[in-house]
Amino acid sequence: METMQRRLRESPVITSVVSVLLGMLVGAIMMIAAGYNPIQAYQALFMSAFLMPYDIGETIRTISPLILTGLAVGLAFRTGLFNIGVEGQFIIGQLAAVIVALKMDLPPVLHAVVAVLAGALGGALWAFLPGLLKATRGVHEVITTIMMNFIALYLANTLVRNWLSQGADSTETIPESASLRWDLLSQAFGNSRIHFGIFIALATALFMYYLLWKTTLGFELRAVGLNPHASEYAGMSVKRNLIMSMMISGLFAGLGGASELLGTSGYLAIHGSHTGIGFDGIAVALLGANSPLGIVFAAVLFGVLTYGGPVMQFEANVPTEVIRVVFAAIIFFVAANVVRWMMSKFGNKAVKKSD
Amino acid sequence: MNVVEMKGITKRFPGIVANDNIHLTVKEGEIHALLGENGAGKSTLMNVLFGLYQPDEGEIRIKGNKVEITGPNMANELGIGMVHQHFMLVDPFTVTENIILGEEPTKNGLIDKAKAEEEVRSISERYGLRVDPKAKIRDISVGMQQRVEILKTLYRGADILIFDEPTAVLSPQEIDELIQIMRNLVKEGKTIIFITHKLKEIMRICNAVTIIRRGKYVDRVEVNETDENQLASMMVGREVSFAVDKEEAKPDRTVLSIKDLHVLNSRKMEAVKGLDLDVRAGEIVGIAGVDGNGQTELLEAITGLRKVQSGSIQLNEQEISNLKPRSVTKKGVGHIPEDRHRRGLVLDFSVSENMVLQTYYQPPFSKVFNMNYKNVDQYAQKLVQEFDVRTPDIYTPSRALSGGNQQKAIIAREVDRDPDLLIAAQPTRGLDVGAIEFIHKRLIEQRDKGKAVLLMSLELEEVLKLSDRIAVIYEGTIVGWVDPANTSEEEVGLLMAGRKPGMEVKQ
Ligand SMILES: Nc1ncnc2c1ncn2[C@@H]1O[C@H](COP(=O)(O)OP(=O)(O)OP(=O)(O)O)[C@@H](O)[C@H]1O
Ligand SMILES: [Mg+2]
Repeated sequence: METMQRRLRESPVITSVVSVLLGMLVGAIMMIAAGYNPIQAYQALFMSAFLMPYDIGETIRTISPLILTGLAVGLAFRTGLFNIGVEGQFIIGQLAAVIVALKMDLPPVLHAVVAVLAGALGGALWAFLPGLLKATRGVHEVITTIMMNFIALYLANTLVRNWLSQGADSTETIPESASLRWDLLSQAFGNSRIHFGIFIALATALFMYYLLWKTTLGFELRAVGLNPHASEYAGMSVKRNLIMSMMISGLFAGLGGASELLGTSGYLAIHGSHTGIGFDGIAVALLGANSPLGIVFAAVLFGVLTYGGPVMQFEANVPTEVIRVVFAAIIFFVAANVVRWMMSKFGNKAVKKSD
Repeated sequence: MNVVEMKGITKRFPGIVANDNIHLTVKEGEIHALLGENGAGKSTLMNVLFGLYQPDEGEIRIKGNKVEITGPNMANELGIGMVHQHFMLVDPFTVTENIILGEEPTKNGLIDKAKAEEEVRSISERYGLRVDPKAKIRDISVGMQQRVEILKTLYRGADILIFDEPTAVLSPQEIDELIQIMRNLVKEGKTIIFITHKLKEIMRICNAVTIIRRGKYVDRVEVNETDENQLASMMVGREVSFAVDKEEAKPDRTVLSIKDLHVLNSRKMEAVKGLDLDVRAGEIVGIAGVDGNGQTELLEAITGLRKVQSGSIQLNEQEISNLKPRSVTKKGVGHIPEDRHRRGLVLDFSVSENMVLQTYYQPPFSKVFNMNYKNVDQYAQKLVQEFDVRTPDIYTPSRALSGGNQQKAIIAREVDRDPDLLIAAQPTRGLDVGAIEFIHKRLIEQRDKGKAVLLMSLELEEVLKLSDRIAVIYEGTIVGWVDPANTSEEEVGLLMAGRKPGMEVKQ
């Protein structure tokens, strides 16, 4: 009960919800300006995700990695760190998972578990270095994590071409034993590619909540994020907490990468540029106000929009790019906190009228 | 003429009525004090006048006209300027840049810096502010920064100036200078609303006082018809004793012993230079000195927040120099830090969470890895009651508490841990007389329980009143010990300025 009270105080639900509505309004205005029918478009967009079991399954699959990268960004934010490196940690998660999947021979289930853990560990280690540099040398994490993103991308590409395949553009498909798919689940959702990743994601969200608001480590992480000077005074090790926070954040991202690879694609391909899932995590965390529950909701929204985009194009002829504009607008409204500004404006008006 | 008339102002926050039907009338050209306990609602009332908050009820007249002040810009237009309790300056910018921010004079579309500097210089000279327009904010003292804030309001043409507790952050010397500046301002036709907890200051420069208590209006009195005792009792609602009554100290074994201590400041210059100090159980040792003579660095070195270059610090005969802050805390040191917002509190944590800032990982607040927030909340509830911390509830973020109540929360936390050595740095800065009385009692109580108390205060009066022995610090060393019973402010003042007693007499 007390914690409920505590959470509600901090909850910026209104900001997020209104920002989403405003973002969609911007999208609608664009569509009208370009001569499309926004009502038809949005209908197609939202209906598509829930129309058939297959669509629901695919939407859930789209949502899963977004939850994990969103949680990764959100956790780091809580400790005052801007982890732009979620993208790179995600790639390392994929890489570590595919290595275990292809190079180790283990019985089913265990194989998948080890591969997922390897991905998580990979992500955590990839985030360790920026954390260490920040804590010991004061190097800003934004700089180092961006660098680490590129290193991760090209490291993965090189290994895929030269070690995990014979000069091909992608690895082989992982064996069944390491897969996160489960036939029963797939069948229940019209043979879609839905996989265990969603459970991993939801469990991670629960874990983040537990970590931050139930454990002593969480108390420290939050304190350090909000006021490092007072935390130091209180005897917490600011450096240790910075590193811990980066590593847990990387761990979440690595889990995202591993489950995406073991569940969705099943192989790792060479990429010319980043996947974008890590960067979308920033948007998700922002919209979800860095709270686990908020991030899950934000990921659901972004997932639905992402999956529904092509359907909208098909049914209402509206180009999918509009969806990215809606994303961007939502983020703009959240980041600029337009809602609070509006409330103070309208708030004043209301006062004026009353006297 | 009444330049400011606030009538029946009510302002509610979730869970609290910060202003409840308050009246304030300020005459042209006067210095009007706003007096009230911590959390009485002074800052809130002034934020309403400055347009930062909208009142839920009440009306405001400025120079006779009924107005609705919708924001600071509107306040500026009405000639109202405010110097906040916490400054709002851009550190890497120069004085001039900060002042013209938002109102930049331009020439051919570019900022006309020369003109701006000239203007800043001329205003500064006119009121005797003596600010260097080209200096960077981060390089100037707190006192100077405050003058920049004053200049900012003057530059915008304010003639009604609100000063929210300007003297709380100043040293006694700086206060004298500020008072002179305020006199100059009034001479030039400005009107000042002045918030302070120091009754002496009110008696010294104000014309009239409005007193509020717990959000409610009490009275408006002319200063020449009242005295400090009456003001204090109107404000607190009961008699307040200014005298500290304490028994003779019964000092026992040595708790803290510092020998030949050397510590660097943040700019890597030696700030503590071979300092010796000892504090015994059952006594209060006061450190008197002018700000910037190594007090901050000394206290940070003892508490493990700053590296010791050489020398020794012993607590209960154990070496504690260069231990981590947590180890120092565990060995029995409590610390009421000088800067409560930077060090003392995580402002966005609830009151409850702040109460266990050092002890959260110990039972009963924690079991293995898990927090037990139920026990934390229970403990916080107890402290809040015992130490009279006024807050809507323990879940309120500390940021929403008034300055004085934030300080009470810190003191509750530090005193309740019952440390062998309690370090109190500026413990009553910004506190009302009632709260000061309360805190002084608590410090003496610790002493009488046989604890060692090390008090650092820039207010000589406080040091003289509380201490059993006074160590005068000057340029990083203790230049003399004085017995508060057989000394005067003058004698200590001379020592603080680096002069040996007796030198003056000989000439
Ligand atoms: N933004 C806010 N939200 C909620 N409560 C607030 C807010 N600002 C102030 N309060 C509450 O209103 C009351 C009055 O606070 P205010 O800051 O006006 O006191 P004050 O008289 O200036 O005290 P001090 O002398 O300690 O500065 C306090 O109980 C405070 O906790
Ligand atoms: Mg105040």
